[in-house]
Amino acid sequence: MGPTAPLRRAPRALRAALPAALALALIRAPAALADAFTPESGGSINANRIDSLYKVVLVVALIALVAIQGTLVYTLVRFRARRGALAAQTRGKRSLELSFSLGALVVVSVLAVITFAKAGGIEDPAASAGQPLRIDVNGQQYLWRYTYPDGTFSYHEMVVPVDTTVLLDVRSADVAHSWWIPRLGGKVDALPGYTNETWFRATEAGRVHEGQCAELCGRNHADMKASVRVVTQPQYEAWLAEQKSDIAEANKLAGQEAARRAEAAK
Amino acid sequence: MSATATAPAAAPAPEVAVEAVTIERDGWLRWLTSTDHKRIGVLYLYTTFVFFLLGGVEALLLRIQLGQAESTFLEPERFNQLFTLHGTTMLFLFVVPVMAGFANYLLPLMIGARGLAFPRLAAWSYWMLLFGGVALYGSVFFNPPEAGFTVFAPLSDDAFLPNAGVDAWVIALLMISLASLGSAINFIATLHHMRAPGMTWSRLPLFGWAVAAYSYVTLIATPVFLAALAMLLIDRKFDGAFFDPGQGGSAMLWQHLFWFYAHPAIYVLVLPAFGIVSEVLPVFARKPIFGYRAMVWATVSIASLGLLTWGSHMFAMPLNDTLRTIFTITALLAAVPAIVQICHWVATLWSGTIEARTALHFAAGMVSMLAIGIISGVFLAIFPVAWQLGDTYFLVAHLHYVLFGGAVLGVFAGLYYWFPKMSGRMLSEGLGKASFWTMLVGLNVTFLIGHSAGLSGMPRRIYEYPESAGWEGYNLISTIGSFVLALGIALTVWNVVRSVRRGSPAPPDPWHGNTLEWFTSSPPPLHNFDAIPVVSSAEPLADIRRALEGDGRAGA
Repeated sequence: MGPTAPLRRAPRALRAALPAALALALIRAPAALADAFTPESGGSINANRIDSLYKVVLVVALIALVAIQGTLVYTLVRFRARRGALAAQTRGKRSLELSFSLGALVVVSVLAVITFAKAGGIEDPAASAGQPLRIDVNGQQYLWRYTYPDGTFSYHEMVVPVDTTVLLDVRSADVAHSWWIPRLGGKVDALPGYTNETWFRATEAGRVHEGQCAELCGRNHADMKASVRVVTQPQYEAWLAEQKSDIAEANKLAGQEAARRAEAAK
Repeated sequence: MSATATAPAAAPAPEVAVEAVTIERDGWLRWLTSTDHKRIGVLYLYTTFVFFLLGGVEALLLRIQLGQAESTFLEPERFNQLFTLHGTTMLFLFVVPVMAGFANYLLPLMIGARGLAFPRLAAWSYWMLLFGGVALYGSVFFNPPEAGFTVFAPLSDDAFLPNAGVDAWVIALLMISLASLGSAINFIATLHHMRAPGMTWSRLPLFGWAVAAYSYVTLIATPVFLAALAMLLIDRKFDGAFFDPGQGGSAMLWQHLFWFYAHPAIYVLVLPAFGIVSEVLPVFARKPIFGYRAMVWATVSIASLGLLTWGSHMFAMPLNDTLRTIFTITALLAAVPAIVQICHWVATLWSGTIEARTALHFAAGMVSMLAIGIISGVFLAIFPVAWQLGDTYFLVAHLHYVLFGGAVLGVFAGLYYWFPKMSGRMLSEGLGKASFWTMLVGLNVTFLIGHSAGLSGMPRRIYEYPESAGWEGYNLISTIGSFVLALGIALTVWNVVRSVRRGSPAPPDPWHGNTLEWFTSSPPPLHNFDAIPVVSSAEPLADIRRALEGDGRAGA
């Protein structure tokens, strides 16, 4: 066997191995789309859209991965040194080199096009059934404060009406934090001195979506939890009124306490 | 098969006539005062491996804490200090300088030079690195830094972390960065002026190209980081306001400056590991590298695109749409040359006669693991997906496939490949292969499942999580894997310790290498070569061997 024989055979066998690996990946892909393989979603339309964009990338990634790993392992087994075997002294092959570079370029270009096509639906707030609700989200070591349009506020748990587009202005009072409720969409950093924006529209009343701060913000970063409780519009209005009167009551008590102290100090 | 693999050199050894040269005396003062690139290289390698082991112990402590829900093994403060030390150590005291260690030792030998361009600068760089490491670890005796290796402002400001931990971090990083700047200048000058006669740029070994890319990126990105460090120090110590929004500064500025350096530090300064693999695979496949020119272009592209990708770490920041679009495109493009290199490595092995020595195991393992790291990186390049997966264990997993799978396995390939040259002793193949397989299993058990933890919503850098989160299973698997990984590393440590004393003597060219470091004794004499050959291809030693065999037809 001359050294030129494997040289001529190599690219042809490589071309045969790749489609085989691709087919294998396609057969296996649906099984891989189980829950542990995809991001959290299901609470809001933007989270669902991220999930489907992710799945497109996942399929492409698995195909590429199986093709590369399959070819590598096949090569390592098939071309182990054997008695009498000669290594093909090939220094490259222009067409194959071009196909590697162009192939990778085409794949990432397609991914870029898909990304930009889908990005609008993820970034731009969806149309709301009623008036969109704008809530100010303020991160502080180690809690979240939510201020509703009428000035009412709450900590830790945000309460929102279902099917309403909620616009969030995310800020920070001290260090960098990151607002993240996985089922309601991606994270946005809360950075002091900046206002960052995001949105969601909860699809189902009666659910509570959990999340937590996703940017290291100090020793109790792990305990900086957040949750969003989705309720019906009447429930939301009732909650808001109750929260408002609770705050007024608390303010009144605090005022009386302060007055009593001032009295005692005299 | 193993018979052909282990049968060493009946083939003629390259002409070496260095026996007449007096060997340097081996006193400890020689080590402290040496300006010999090989001694400095060895110092680098020992030092960085000690830091690697320290960073590894820190990782194990972190993994013990995370192995079960609501664990109380570590206090939150201690946990934050440990992951800050782990990240800083592994990145700035291991991955980046270990490459400088290999380059110090090997670059002059590979290009047929008698030393580096600036021997005293090389010594200075090493000592700056060591003292930087000492400055960082000195903080263990008062307050270690706890702001993460990213040290984001304004958490890193003295208003939030008034203790001296962050100061120690800044001082350490100033020294370490100056050290890497010194090495970069040295490597660039050496590459430009000290190549052997006939070694044009297109005949430079790919490791040399990787070192060139590493050095130029260091030269461009490190000064920006030095400036950022100085600004942070001014903010902390002299009431500056560069990053303090309360006084008109910008917290986002730190992120721009930091990532402009740290993105290349993570993804580009691993390039010498790519270079190592590009040297090891052809030697054990007995075949030239597939598509040398394309490999060079890919190396240069990784470096240039790496300098334009820092914003991909900031997709969740208030970044404007144009920048977000640009950084998505550059981050996706950056995957292309890396994938191209992976394809070329596989094509190099294709229709070779692969001798499955330990160095080849590690190099092939690196190709396989790096592929996972690059492909998982594509998810994080796509900004809406990054909004879900960034700052989670998915990112942690991705990062470790690049840094452990790509860089550390590459470094181990280099260790097994060049240890005979550096020490004059052979490592045990059996222990080496056991170490490889243990590490490969440990690496995947630890990090593959991390993708799922991140997809289920587990952020990075949390010291505890409730049982109700459902992350305990993933974390327990990771923790078990991390101990398997540690065992694998321990086997190599044992292999090295054992072989330094009792390994069988290494011939000048045990692997039938292609490059000039094998054209001298093991270890090489002080002046490296008695005679420097004229180079006529990218595999000068293969040419010499062929000429000695009288088989000119196989040459290029």
